[in-house]
Amino acid sequence: MKRFLVWIALIGGSVFFVIPFLWTVATALKTQEEIAKDPTRLVPMQPTWENFPAAWNALPFLNFVENTVFVTLVSMTMQVITGSLVAYGFARFQFKGRDLLFMTMISTMLLPGQVTMIPVYLIWRQLGAIDTFAPLTVPAFFGGGAFSIFLLRQFFMTIPRELDEAMLIDGASYWGILWRLIVPLSGPAITTVVVFSFIGNWDSFDGPLIYLNSPENYTMSIGLRLFQDTFGTNMGQLMAASLMHIVPTIILFFAAQKYFIKGVHLSGLGGR
Amino acid sequence: MKRLADRPAFWGWLFITPWLAGFLGFTAGPMLASLWLSFYKYDLVNLEYVGLENYRRLPLDPLFWKALSNTFAYAFISVPLGVAGSLMIALLLNQKVRGIPLFRTLFYIPSLVPSVAAAILWQWVFNAENGALNLGLGFLGLPTPQWLQDERFTLPAFVLMSLWGVGGARMVIFLAGLQGISETYYEAARLDGASHRQQFWHVTLPLLSPVMFFNLVLGLIGAFQIFTQAYIMTGGGPNNASLFYALYLFRTAFEQFKLGKASALAWVLFAILLIFTLIQFRASKKWVHYEGGEA
Repeated sequence: MKRFLVWIALIGGSVFFVIPFLWTVATALKTQEEIAKDPTRLVPMQPTWENFPAAWNALPFLNFVENTVFVTLVSMTMQVITGSLVAYGFARFQFKGRDLLFMTMISTMLLPGQVTMIPVYLIWRQLGAIDTFAPLTVPAFFGGGAFSIFLLRQFFMTIPRELDEAMLIDGASYWGILWRLIVPLSGPAITTVVVFSFIGNWDSFDGPLIYLNSPENYTMSIGLRLFQDTFGTNMGQLMAASLMHIVPTIILFFAAQKYFIKGVHLSGLGGR
Repeated sequence: MKRLADRPAFWGWLFITPWLAGFLGFTAGPMLASLWLSFYKYDLVNLEYVGLENYRRLPLDPLFWKALSNTFAYAFISVPLGVAGSLMIALLLNQKVRGIPLFRTLFYIPSLVPSVAAAILWQWVFNAENGALNLGLGFLGLPTPQWLQDERFTLPAFVLMSLWGVGGARMVIFLAGLQGISETYYEAARLDGASHRQQFWHVTLPLLSPVMFFNLVLGLIGAFQIFTQAYIMTGGGPNNASLFYALYLFRTAFEQFKLGKASALAWVLFAILLIFTLIQFRASKKWVHYEGGEA
């Protein structure tokens, strides 16, 4: 009986969580006539790919994709590299004020972005970097945010120090220990940071909205918004364009899923 | 005397330098600049000292109150519902039935849909004439409101949409917490004759309270900054029914270029969040239980 109720709840939940997504897929595969006649049908009568090339060619979509991939890859890579450096510093070295600095870093997670948004905008404007990718990527060169540093540091702490010491005795430098011991042993934590960072940058809306002005520099998130403004009544094409924005994050998640869940567990995010 | 480069402390400082530089340049410095700017009138051309004028005039702006009350209503409805929903789903996915990994993935999907795509999708779900929601409600013979065009239904629509994400990261954190609870606690409770319900209230919930606290604090801070959905789906309308604080602040800053006023708005938001976070930390002493005594 209990098992039956659990099943009902699981299936009911799936309907709520998955149907809107399936609806996006279905609409992207329907002709304009079918959408007008029967908008909610989840299986198109005559599936068609025509919305995809149409959406792709309606705006400089290839530009949007290239820009998004560039911003995401640069930010993600730098976030992992500099985040590992900082996490290693906090995890393995004793120095005055370390714990205070660590607490300061954690508390920046509670700071609403609006408090720094305007001066940071003025700095980039002063540097002539408006309508470039610098404001969207350069901040990732500085540790990439408290959350990922925290996650990496928690994971690094679980690696036995004896391993570090053995390498030190063999004459390795701290730099070597980080990249040849700590990072290779931290696969789940690194994967978790990669997934969060990818989704965060791929999804980012207010940054591009504030900093990018010319459509050829748009990322997909604000490009999609432009598409909605221009061709918003053509639901098939709009959903096809949306889907091209959605699919990469889903593929990445499926590829990384095993490590990702483990990373959340092992870094102690679940309390304890 | 050891050489500087032989001291671990030197290396510690060296390794955290990227974060420290970023903190000074992108967080601490701009925070001070923002506070300073909030005492000025600045439109990218003219800079004029006005003292507390920006703060004093906020309460006279009806849009300020509208944005504030919308944001409070949204946050205080969506966060408790969302946290409770995430917990329920975590409990569900912690059951030992077949196919759990598949369901865990399905429930996570909404969190993988980028926010702009999600907003566009939900705008259509809420479409009054041929949106899925109203077609479904109509089929069941229920009333079909003009969700995003009727100011009475706009806020509920945003709350409903926020619940689509309850199977995401927040749920994964609850699930990790649940799976971290040692089976011995339940065995002891069962030996004392505790029912399932009693086990939940007296074992599971107290042991999950630190996770719950984490989710509540970060959830409230996130909900207060809701922006993208409103910007795309309604632009703050109808009749400012979805003018949330972050949207109001964005317009003040980047559409009207009243950068002094916008900075004052940012600090008011910060003060509000700080007060709520402190209240939650205070209150947490009464209900958050840390294993191994006080933390």
